[in-house]
Amino acid sequence: MPLNRRSHLGQLESESIFLMREVAAQFERPVLLFSGGKDSILLVHLAARAFAPGRSPFPLLHIDTGHNFAETLEFRDGLVKELGLTLHVGSVQASIDAGRAREEEGPNPSRNALQTVTLLDALEELKADAALGGARRDEEKARAKERFFSHRDRFGQWDPKNQRPELWHLFNGRKNAGEHFRIFPLSNWTELDVWQYIQAEGIEMPSLYFSHRREVVRRDGVLLARSPWNQLMNGEEWEERTVRFRTIGDATCTGATESRAASVADIVTEIAASRTTERGGRSDDRRSEAAMEDRKKQGYF
Amino acid sequence: MDLLRFSTAGSVDDGKSTLIGRLLYDTKSLFEDQLQAVEDASRRRGEGYVNLALVTDGLRAEREQNITIDVAYRYFATPRRKFIIADTPGHVQYTRNMVTGASTAELAIILIDARTGVLTQSKRHAFIASLLGIPHIMVAVNKMDLVGWSEDAFEDIQAEYGAFAERLGVDDLKFIPVSALLGDNVVTKSSNMPWYDGGTLLHHLEHVNVGAHRNLVDFRFPVQYVMRAGPHHRAYAGRVASGSIRPGEEILVLPSGRKTRVRSVDSHAGPVLEGVAGDSIALATEDELDISRGDMIVRPLNLPSVDQELDAIVCWTSEEPMREGTRYWLRHTTREVRAFVSRVVYRIDVDTLHREEVDGFGLNDIGRVHLTAAHPVFFDEYALNRETGSFILIDPHTNNTVAAGMIRGAVRREQDLPSVPSGDPDARPRSPDVVWESWNITLQEREARSGHLAVVLWFTGLPGSGKSTVARALERRLFGLRCQTMLLDGDQVRHGLNGDLGFSPEDRSENIRRVGEVAALFFRQGCITLCTFVSPFRVDRDRARAVIPEGRFLEVFVDTPLEECERRDPKGLYARARKGEVGHMTGISSPYEPPDDPEIRVQTVGRDVDEIVDEIVEALRGRGVLPA
Repeated sequence: MPLNRRSHLGQLESESIFLMREVAAQFERPVLLFSGGKDSILLVHLAARAFAPGRSPFPLLHIDTGHNFAETLEFRDGLVKELGLTLHVGSVQASIDAGRAREEEGPNPSRNALQTVTLLDALEELKADAALGGARRDEEKARAKERFFSHRDRFGQWDPKNQRPELWHLFNGRKNAGEHFRIFPLSNWTELDVWQYIQAEGIEMPSLYFSHRREVVRRDGVLLARSPWNQLMNGEEWEERTVRFRTIGDATCTGATESRAASVADIVTEIAASRTTERGGRSDDRRSEAAMEDRKKQGYF
Repeated sequence: MDLLRFSTAGSVDDGKSTLIGRLLYDTKSLFEDQLQAVEDASRRRGEGYVNLALVTDGLRAEREQNITIDVAYRYFATPRRKFIIADTPGHVQYTRNMVTGASTAELAIILIDARTGVLTQSKRHAFIASLLGIPHIMVAVNKMDLVGWSEDAFEDIQAEYGAFAERLGVDDLKFIPVSALLGDNVVTKSSNMPWYDGGTLLHHLEHVNVGAHRNLVDFRFPVQYVMRAGPHHRAYAGRVASGSIRPGEEILVLPSGRKTRVRSVDSHAGPVLEGVAGDSIALATEDELDISRGDMIVRPLNLPSVDQELDAIVCWTSEEPMREGTRYWLRHTTREVRAFVSRVVYRIDVDTLHREEVDGFGLNDIGRVHLTAAHPVFFDEYALNRETGSFILIDPHTNNTVAAGMIRGAVRREQDLPSVPSGDPDARPRSPDVVWESWNITLQEREARSGHLAVVLWFTGLPGSGKSTVARALERRLFGLRCQTMLLDGDQVRHGLNGDLGFSPEDRSENIRRVGEVAALFFRQGCITLCTFVSPFRVDRDRARAVIPEGRFLEVFVDTPLEECERRDPKGLYARARKGEVGHMTGISSPYEPPDDPEIRVQTVGRDVDEIVDEIVEALRGRGVLPA
């Protein structure tokens, strides 16, 4: 059944498509930041729809921490092939090898913060003047303050106290040489909207989102999956549980949740009843009260 | 499920954040980990309660200062509806952020503290909401628990605020007594206020009519992007700004004026039967026309205004002040043109609604300006069409968005004078098959030579009020100052030009119409044109005003009481009227409508003519008509 264009999902879809066409019209070398998560997968599909029956003009850019779930890369490559897209990969390992970034030390090292270096280098190399991202305002309090068209200075930095007002549906993408914009077409979507749309439109999602048996360890209230990069600490043990991921990112900081939701319909039901946010399982956000704001100022996603 | 976007304006003191927190919490939209984070943060800050303001104030600076600075967007849903809240600050120094949040809202919640009643800032919030054309306003009278759930307190606020909102022309205004802290009437009905029989805040949010602001009549399609898929596929992508379109309909493209038909209306999933306001679609046309981004597709019999001179209300959003003559990019729909501010008309004091004369605007100022664009803009009045009546100005040096603008219409210019401004019921009469030619020597050239501005001074007042005496002395004075002048007097024009007219109301109107046209000719010749006519009817004076550019028609009300006029009776008319010898005598048997807001008002009782003339000459200097 086709989507009712008057419904909230129809309106969100129309708004996102409008935004993407605006990017194509206002910028010369836009890229779409692809993380492998559901939001960026949705973004890829919406981009395809915005320019149908033609092709999306946005190449994908994946910032690869080297700490990926195998399923993520497999799914990414399949999507690129299916839609005939161009994929660029920025490697955090390469940034470390080149001395541009330094691996974190300590018991729980994460490459999450290092991605910023690789991301900014990749944008510069591609001469990208706009980078589309799947961030949503409902995810996190600093993101609630984001614009659709978010200006970044020559150093890729965000100045949250001095943002351009964004009025009506008039988007100002003017900038000086060397500056760029982050564009967030999914700003007004919530996690539930995303899954309802995936359900209504039958969009395929990676298996990690659906419940499965996996070896995990509970640390600081988060279930971390067994992987070559997650080491056990004193007294910890791997245990097999029925889990799924609510967000997918770097394997070192993305936590699983216990769930029996095996289909999109199950997930929609689960989220509608959920009493915790999806980023509750992200140890990267838990580092301080303003962890996201601080990372975003530096140029993070 | 449909979608409602609403804004909230207020400060922490009004309990705004608590209200939003309550709305989110009671609709189960606030998550446990968010609540946990807020509890932790409250404890770290040494606050003895869970500070729900920390849910909404997301930036470090906001949390430090305990205020809302920037707009934050919040989301929640009930089984009936999805909601997007634009949470905006209430302080005057963040007016631009309030305007930003209001620009896409369909409903505004304004908070009033029941203890303090209607404050200046509550009025400001209603003003901004009405300025931005938000169709529904909901007033949450908060902290009812602290006034003993008093019905009287609630009704006082309702009466006072209702009267104020009426002046703003707010159509749909609802008042709800709530306690955000305790939850009364937010999501669940209060048992503490049995006297209130209306619905809760959430009930209204769930049932208010959405989409009421959308213009579904005038089809406007700003072309956003030209899509090509293969050599034979070309379509024009965009979002329908207003109205609707179906395949087969005839369309016209602006600015070229070329016509064709719609071959198909395409969504991403293929052709559809109709594209309606809000839909992102693509139009394919029957003929290949040269159409690009910034063009507008409309119906041939329903055109927008096309003009380069815009009359608009703007809110200044930049630290960098605005001055006349500065150049900007004007972004309107998908079109961007160079423009400059040709005139600052006035600034509105957002707290008192008074108009002030200023040279420019600073951050957060709201006021009226005239803009001159390098190319025509295709627009509708903002009041009729939010999408095609709004624009932003961009500073070409910093690239910042420096103003939000709402178009009132085209600026009335000299060369436009033969056409009557829109909204005027009587079109200016013209002979068949004549075309207006522009004036040979422009008014600016004439004024540059004479050294003063051309104006029409329209003297109105009762018979015997002293209009002619004052006007004659004034003209003599101006002539002495080497001004170009002309005086048109009632008795003069009724010899010759208007000799065919009597004194019935119809003939009086026609008399004034003709005089207005004659005055316009002298005006155009560069004269300070003095007209002394009883002109008892406001509508006639306004019509004479309508053919003169704005600011150049000055009504001089000679304000002499009827008793005094009758005592003077220079022509013996009052005495004759009292005896029934004169029909339609203004003031006796025919009404006189005094001006509401004349540019100049003079009183004559007990005053010397020279003194009155001094006063008017000063007023003319003050308005820049005469050099200082």
